[in-house]
Formats: sequence, C-alpha cells, structure tokens
Amino acid sequence: MDIFFQQLFNGLTIGSVYSLVALGLTLVYGILHIPNFAHGALYMMGGYITLTMMQTLGLYYWLAIFVSIVVVGLIGVLMERLVFHHLRHAPPIHDKIAAIGMLLFLEAFAHRVWGADYLEMATPHGQVVSVFGITFTLQRLIIIVAAVLVMFTLYLFLKKTYMGMTVIAMSQNRAGANLVGVNTNKVAMLTFFISGALAAIAASLSSPINLVFPGMGHLVILKAFVIIIIGGMGSIPGAIVGGYILGFTESLGATYISSDYKDIIAFILLVLILTIRPNGLFAKGGQS
Amino acid sequence: MSRLLLNKRFALSGLLLLVLVLPLITSNAYMIRILILTFIWTIAVYGLNLLAGYTGYLSLAHAGFFALGAYTLAILTVTVGLSYWLAFILTLVFTSIVGALIGMIALRTREHFFAIYTLCVGYIIYLIIYNWEGMTGGVRGFIGIPSPGSIGPLEFNSQISNYYLVLFFLVLTIVVIYRIVHSLQGRTFMAIRNSEDLAKTIGISTTKNKLIAFILSTFFAGLAGALFASFTRFIGPEISNITMTFDFLVYLLIGGIGTLSGPVIGTFIIVWISQELQFLQDYRMLVFGPILVILIIFAPRGISGFIIDWNLKRKAKKQQIESMKDMENNQEVKEG
Repeated sequence: MDIFFQQLFNGLTIGSVYSLVALGLTLVYGILHIPNFAHGALYMMGGYITLTMMQTLGLYYWLAIFVSIVVVGLIGVLMERLVFHHLRHAPPIHDKIAAIGMLLFLEAFAHRVWGADYLEMATPHGQVVSVFGITFTLQRLIIIVAAVLVMFTLYLFLKKTYMGMTVIAMSQNRAGANLVGVNTNKVAMLTFFISGALAAIAASLSSPINLVFPGMGHLVILKAFVIIIIGGMGSIPGAIVGGYILGFTESLGATYISSDYKDIIAFILLVLILTIRPNGLFAKGGQS
Repeated sequence: MSRLLLNKRFALSGLLLLVLVLPLITSNAYMIRILILTFIWTIAVYGLNLLAGYTGYLSLAHAGFFALGAYTLAILTVTVGLSYWLAFILTLVFTSIVGALIGMIALRTREHFFAIYTLCVGYIIYLIIYNWEGMTGGVRGFIGIPSPGSIGPLEFNSQISNYYLVLFFLVLTIVVIYRIVHSLQGRTFMAIRNSEDLAKTIGISTTKNKLIAFILSTFFAGLAGALFASFTRFIGPEISNITMTFDFLVYLLIGGIGTLSGPVIGTFIIVWISQELQFLQDYRMLVFGPILVILIIFAPRGISGFIIDWNLKRKAKKQQIESMKDMENNQEVKEG
C-alpha cells in the first residue's frame, strides 16, 4: 500500500509539471487557435536559462527562476510579434509549420550554446522528508505547492483583473472583444508572455529531479498536447485536470504495468480518444 | 505560352540527360552516394507533398511510414528470407495497407487534431521500433539487408547500378505524381484543400478522396524507405524519428509545398547546402529553422511557388501594358 501512495505522490509531482505546460499551450490555443509546437522549446529554454543564471551568475534558485520567467516570457512575445502575428490570416497549416521552424531553431540554438550533454540542476531543497511512510525530497513537495500557487494566481488574474478578463473575452469571441474595445494585439502578446512564463516555471521546477538537455521538451510537449485534447482545446480547467490525470496514469502505469512503455501510455490514450471522439473529449458541439 | 512550354521541356530533358550521364563523367563515389540519398528523400517528399501540399493535411507521421517501409523490407528479406523483389512488392502493399488503416482513423480528425494525431502515431511507430528488439534490433539497428536482386541480366551490386535503379524510381514517381495532379483526382485533392465544405457541396466524397491521398502518401514513403534500406543496408530507429519528418518538411517547404517541382528543388538545394555546411551538421537547423519561418510568411509556396507567381505576375503586367497600348492606339485612330 505504501508503494501505491508513493506512486500517487509521484503522479501528483509529474502531473503538476504537465498541468503547467498544458496550461500555457491551452491559453495560446484558446486565444489564437494555434497549436504551438514550439511550446516545448520554450520549456527547454526555461530550464537552460535558470541553470545558466544559477551557474554563471551564481543567482539563488528562486531568483534564477524569476529571470527565466521574464526571459522566456519575452521569447514568447517575440514569437507572437515576429511570426504568428504575420500569419493570422494565413491557412492553419502555415502556423504549424512556422511553429516547427521555431522549434528547430531554438533546439539547435540550445545545442550550439549549451552542448548536447545532460546537465544537472542543483536545488537548495534537496532534503529528504518522510511523512506518513512516504519518502520524498523537499523539491517534489515544492513542485506541487508552487504549481498550485501558480494556478491559483493565474485563476485570480484571469477572473478578477481587467487585463485577465480581456484574455477570457478574446478566447470567447475575438471579433466581439475587438468590438467592445479590447486591444487584441496586446492581449495576444500578453497571452504568449504568460504561456512562456508558465513553461519556464514548469521547466525550472522539474529540472532538479529530471535533467536539462536540448531534447527535454519533446516528450513534455507531446504529452501536453495529449492533455489539452483530453481536457478540450482551449479549456483551462481541462488542462489542469488532464495534467493530473496523465500524471497519475503514468506513475501508476510505470509501477503496475511496465516502466519501459510508460511513455507510450499517453499516446495510446490519445489515439484511443481521437478514434472515438475526433474533436477531443470535451469538444463544444459542432466542428471547429 | 508554347515557347515557355518548349523551354520547360528543353530544360527538363537537359536535366534528365545530366543526371543520366553524371556517373559516367565523375568517379566521385561520395557524390554519387549523396545523389542516391537525395533521390530517395525526394521520393518520400513527393509523398508528403501529395497529402500536405495538394490535399492540405499536414501529416507528421511521414518518417514513421518511411521507417515502416525500410523495416518491412529488412524483415521480409532477412528474417523471413523472401526473394528481394517479392519482398519489395509486399513491402509496398503492406505499408499501403497500414496507411489505409491508420488513415481511416486519422482522417476522422481535422486540421490541428490531425497534425497532433499523426505526430503521436509517428511517435508510437518510433517507440515500437525502438523497444521491439526481437524484431527490429532495437537501438542496435538492423544489419545485413541485401541489395536489390537482379532482374534478368540487370544486376544491382555496384553503386552505379543502384544509382540508375533509384533514379528510375524517382522518375517514375515524378511521372505518376504529374499524372495524378493533372487528373480529375488531383483537382479533387485541391478542391478539398481549398475548402472541404465546398468540396462536399459539389458532391465530392471527401472521406474517400482524403483516404486515397493518405494511402498514396504512405505508399511513396514506403517506397523510399524500402529503397533506403537496400541501399544503405543498415537501418536504425532514428529514421522513424520526428526529426526526420521535420527534415522532409524543410525540403518540401523550401522547394515549394503544393508545387510539382518543389520536392526536387527543395531536397537538392538543402542537401547540397548541408554538404557545403558540413561543419554545421548538428546546428544546421540554426539556419534552416529561420529560413522556414521567413519562407512561410513571405513566400509560403517556397522557391518553386515564388518563381511561378513571379512569372504569372510578369505575364499579367505584360498583358496589361499591351491592352493599354491597344487602347491608346484605338483612341489615336478615333481622334485621327
């Protein structure tokens, strides 16, 4: 039974990271209807920038994360300004290809600057904690708490502030939002900033228990896509719930089925879901 | 117009002649090898073009089908022990059948969902090849695939003979694709690309035609994969990796998506530049990534499409000038 709770806890940790990444992806999709394949590259950049800040400037972990949030957020804004903005009237296939182009560029960039090695990120929170028979490092607990805090803050921002409400308005109806005076360009930039920031937070939190390398975003982004399809493209609660569902499924699947094939679980889940429901699990009636 | 057509035909036959005699004038084995690989990539890119370029469905599982062709040929010839050409034909049949099965499900989804779905299908194929060691050799790869068997007096043991074999399949592919694109079937694909709903209203069965495009695309991916396996005689799981799909996409995009000459132009130029930029190898995407983005914004139909559009514009301008001259003449006549 201990193993079960231990795995449940691990699932909560992984799920938190997945949820954060999926949130960024779903926000962008909700606003601009772009499946941002480059989101995984933002995640990777987040990991590297935090690491560089800690190693070369000797910044404290949390301060490094803050820098990373700002930088990756700005990279996100640049993406919107330089690329997606110009493609807003283009056929949907163009957005996807442009996103892939940026993904390839950022990955090669990381490869060039930081090398192909797997790097470790030290954390000041490596202590081992034991509660109710479950043993874990403090870092894992921090991931869960921080993720919940970030989600709660995001919720407050979207629901209670004027700026946040413009984001929601635009995801509901772009033309309508424009009509009542929302500056859609600003909202698009803001959304990309939030999306990049979320990716940076997720990567910085998870890097101490995983590793930092150029391809670290691949699996995460693919799984984030699975999550937002499960949760409904553009749905914020869907992304959070979907993230935790996938986290639990994986960590339990790795223990009770096979750890070799744990990465395939998500994709088989997705293939099954799309086979039965071509528009996703919680699609809002009608074809998109 | 007829002069342009004549020019085109002249250029094409010149190009064909050049690639035909090339192995006779150069003894550079490395260059021939690169050319053979380029021909093989081009065949695969034509498959991708038919689906993504003409039908408008971006499949990100293309490398998966390429690898499926390569591994099927390897398993049929080595593990099962069939004769080469029988295995070759069975490989094409098999990849098309798998393509049909996956296509039937994948094509229920549209746009983004289709891209994400095929991305996942590609990843599953990769993971299966990687993990199923008993069948595919896993990480170690599959060794000892035979080179193409002889047909009558024709033997394919040397590099030069392989060159002509692959060239033959490339030309065949181009001819077939040309015929498809200029047939009613090709028009149907384009109608679906331009507007699926509109295509439906004029009585096109989109489900059936999308499936045909999907199967054709996997067929050419499988063909390229089979040729690749018997040419390199060693294959590893990395050929099914998503980066391979991205490579195909780069070739297609830069050459010109949805154009007939795009795949040839794109693949040759990019492979050639990559050879020139050998020192960049791992970082070549530092250059190609931004090129991809810039192209999709400013010249979404690549080099080939850019030239076509430019020609059309020039012609339109010429016509305009001529018609204006006519008008002026008429006026002069009236006034005079």
